[in-house]
Amino acid sequence: MSAADIELVAVSKRYGEVAAVRDLALTVPRGTLTTLLGPSGCGKTTVLRLIAGLELPSGGTIRIGGRDVSHIPASDRDVGMVFQSYALFPHMSVRENVRYGLDVARVARDVAAARAVAALAQVGLADYGDRLPSQLSGGQQQRVALARALVLEPAVLLFDEPLSNLDARLRRQMRDEIRELQQRLSLTVVYVTHDQAEAMAVSDHVVVMNRGAIAQSGTPRELYDTPRDAFVASFMGDANLVGGTLARRDATHGLLTLGEWTLAVPHRGLPDGAVAVSIRPEAVSVGTDPALPLRGTVRKAAFVGAAIEYTVDTPLGEIFAVTPDTGAAHAPGTAVRLAITPRGIALLPAASSA
Amino acid sequence: MLSRTQRLLAAWLAAGAVGFAIAPWYALPDSLLALRWLRDPFARDQAPALVQALVHERTWLAWGALVIAAACPLLARRHAQRLPAGMLLALGIVGLGWLFGQGFAITTGPSGQPGMGLGAVIVGCTFAAFIAFGLAARGAFRGDLFVAGGVVAVTGLVALFTFFPVVKVLLSAVEDHAGAYSAAAFVERFTTAKIWGVGCLAGASRCGVAWNTLLLAMLTATGCTVLGLAFALIVTRTAFPFKRALRMLATLPVITPPFVIGLGLILLFGRSGLVNQVLEWTFGIEPARWIYGLQGILVAQIFAFTPIAFLVLVGVVDGVSPTLEEAAQTLRADRWRTFRDVSLPLMYPGLANAFLISFIESIADFGNPILLGGNFGVLSTEIFFSVVGAQLDSGRAATLGIVLLGFALAAFVAQRAVLAGKSYTSMAGKGDAGLPTPLPACVRRVAYAVAWPWALVTVTLYAMALAGGFVENWGRDYTFTLKHYIKAFGLEWGPNGLLWAGAAWSSFWTTLSLSAIAAPLTAALGLLTAYLLTRQRFAGQTAFEFGTMLSFAIPGTVIGVSYILAFNAPPIELTGTAIILIACNVFRNMPVGVRAGVAALSQVDRGLDEASSTLGARGLTTLRRVLLPLLKPAVVAALVYSFVRAMTTVSAVIFLVSAQYEWATTYIINRVVNGDYGVAIAYSSVLIVLMAAVIALIQWAVGERRLGRRATGVTGVGSLGAGAA
Repeated sequence: MSAADIELVAVSKRYGEVAAVRDLALTVPRGTLTTLLGPSGCGKTTVLRLIAGLELPSGGTIRIGGRDVSHIPASDRDVGMVFQSYALFPHMSVRENVRYGLDVARVARDVAAARAVAALAQVGLADYGDRLPSQLSGGQQQRVALARALVLEPAVLLFDEPLSNLDARLRRQMRDEIRELQQRLSLTVVYVTHDQAEAMAVSDHVVVMNRGAIAQSGTPRELYDTPRDAFVASFMGDANLVGGTLARRDATHGLLTLGEWTLAVPHRGLPDGAVAVSIRPEAVSVGTDPALPLRGTVRKAAFVGAAIEYTVDTPLGEIFAVTPDTGAAHAPGTAVRLAITPRGIALLPAASSA
Repeated sequence: MLSRTQRLLAAWLAAGAVGFAIAPWYALPDSLLALRWLRDPFARDQAPALVQALVHERTWLAWGALVIAAACPLLARRHAQRLPAGMLLALGIVGLGWLFGQGFAITTGPSGQPGMGLGAVIVGCTFAAFIAFGLAARGAFRGDLFVAGGVVAVTGLVALFTFFPVVKVLLSAVEDHAGAYSAAAFVERFTTAKIWGVGCLAGASRCGVAWNTLLLAMLTATGCTVLGLAFALIVTRTAFPFKRALRMLATLPVITPPFVIGLGLILLFGRSGLVNQVLEWTFGIEPARWIYGLQGILVAQIFAFTPIAFLVLVGVVDGVSPTLEEAAQTLRADRWRTFRDVSLPLMYPGLANAFLISFIESIADFGNPILLGGNFGVLSTEIFFSVVGAQLDSGRAATLGIVLLGFALAAFVAQRAVLAGKSYTSMAGKGDAGLPTPLPACVRRVAYAVAWPWALVTVTLYAMALAGGFVENWGRDYTFTLKHYIKAFGLEWGPNGLLWAGAAWSSFWTTLSLSAIAAPLTAALGLLTAYLLTRQRFAGQTAFEFGTMLSFAIPGTVIGVSYILAFNAPPIELTGTAIILIACNVFRNMPVGVRAGVAALSQVDRGLDEASSTLGARGLTTLRRVLLPLLKPAVVAALVYSFVRAMTTVSAVIFLVSAQYEWATTYIINRVVNGDYGVAIAYSSVLIVLMAAVIALIQWAVGERRLGRRATGVTGVGSLGAGAA
């Protein structure tokens, strides 16, 4: 079976009175990697489990490759899944784990053996077939889990926070391997994580979820540069949320006034008047040049290695800034001037209309 | 081409056809396996239902064939994708309704029917299978046929072998002597002074048995809890040198028939017991019968059940976080204050649990009261005497059973409430690095002062019980002899080869073989139930759980009476057969298997099931290939326990044994009652040694599970003892 697209239409999942997923619509195109991102309890894992068939929806339709699978259990769905805990069968060797799905499907012994070897080779564990899972490191276990899911060549591959049990360095390496594998084999992948950097690094599309519904979806850059609301803005990296005033100038742009400073920004269809604005900390530079447009006083300054993190009191409110390390930091209490790169400024349509 | 589900359905239909048209429909007077029915397969009481309906004018049986036939069109191709759920459910319910309806309705008269036999059982299973197919087709249990079948099977079996008998007891209690239902009869029986009388408070000789039972249970439970706590503290909080030996001693009662302690007490303190003899010989004190009565049962029960309280409390004491005690000490509390203000309050729920478990054990105990009771009657023995012997008053037995059942259920509910409200277990999931605080000196001294004598007497009792089998005549002639063993287990070479001459062989082999049949059934049913309870979610799960655990709370004597009342007449006529003994043991011990399974399954990551599921495996495959291999310790525990409990049970089987199927324990009790101590003791010793050997053998045979990391060992044995009532 080759990769297939996934389509969720008006899917909901209730546990008694509690709605874990509400009226959700989602399309995952064939051969792409889509990430479900959100804080814990936002329903992202539930959506993944609904796609897997580990939970059946309370309402709505789920299609994989055009086939309605809404009420088909996981065992009959042609999905592969890599679990957060890896869920390797502890009493089976690595090879037996990888072969398990083939054995269940009654694939001929020699064929199954060959495919298991190939799958293990694909994740670089060809020599580890006879070990028990407990004899492998975390990263290796992760690869076995991946091989076990891949060996069945599922139409859809699902990852449930696959890297959360690994240390930081290994996490980066594994996430690159997963992305590389996904692109090489053109797999349709849905990937759940609460780590925004991880989501941005691996994804074609990111779906940010909040309270059982989709807050915003798009490419990583769309979400980062043009978040819809304060939640998405602050979940996709840090954001300073401030108020400003908008005056339309033409079809696409308008003049935004932030305190004493006015600049041209895309107005994103917002009417004139008060608007909510998100400012990325790394777009803010801190200096003493009086030509810089915003005034402020340093409250806190922290040296964190690659950068200096400032908290600055300004007429707009408290602004958090991350500036490249340029030697000595401005001490708390110092009067400074701030400049903001327009790229790092985004109007928040959803928050403003509310 | 049939779909997978249709092929399974076809197999069930074929089975149903065999059950209807070939297997003998009614229970045969002799064994099915004797194959005598094959000589005249169409005789009136041996013919299959088909012949019964056509030849023997039992035309109502033909309806069963119609129900089976009505399901055949479901094998058509248009149903290949999905079977019609409503029709299957309807057929199953109609079929079962017909089966039981005709069975209960037509029992007497010229066309009266004997009990149901193999054919009826097969057809009944087929109808139950229809229901499972129907539920799965409706999408219940996520459409997993195995899970649906499991739920239907467990529900059906529990309904038949636990609920039906209990309902039968309730009905018998309100039945007057003429057989009509009458509330007055029940009120009269229920309010009698024999049960509730308080004459003893006013100076009369005795009180009602209900008060006797409660008094005994309260005293026993208090004693067991205090002693259990003392031992638990010694084992976990002191430098006591013989901890291993103490733990071994604590597990002994698990493999011992419950009356062995009583027997040992008689040998020690009875009229011709050692102590009395020494007293008479040295001081000329006349031997007294003080061991018979409340005090005798009390001592025996405390010795018998303290280990159970101990096993519960060891876990509780261990669970008190050392960090909390260290915190108390940094707040300037001395050891005694720490113990009194922190450790002890944290143990309250555990103490309450131990108390209630001992309480339940005490009111359910049959062996010790019957040996040592004398004139002090308790409910369990009174029930027995109402059914056997001269009285034969099933209404009275049922009424007493209801009282006992009420006590047991109240304690059971209280125990579950205590466990549910166990809010301050201090196992926070964070590593506790602290060291347990040593006991305050006064507590330690008290604990030692209680524990040493207890341990000594226990050892003496067992030594007594073992030694008694090797002397000529206890109390009179202490010459060494093997005659009791020869009498019980003698082998002779007769003209036809080996002769099982010993008097005990018959009951021994019966007990051994029926227990060996019951054990795997119990384990399988228990683990299946545990799987359904922990790994599946479905409507009615709480009721399902309650039903499966219920038989745990029902005292053995009540089960015994209820089985007699329920299975003594057609349509389900099982008394006097081996089946009733097996069923009784399976359903009494099933909760042990359930608990072992639930405990073990809750330690297996659900992710493993889900991984298996996303890899294409359905319920049965996952259970067989992933879960079972990981559950080996639980399988061992369930097998060992169900076997040992079946071998050593007295209270229920004593109602159900027959001349043909005698149980080892009831045989021994009869010997004791007849004063034939030698054989009884010899037999008990053989049982104890055998139990120990069997446990070792099963553990060796099932082996360790393969995990690569640390050996996990058999968990259940210690902790389960706590649940074994």
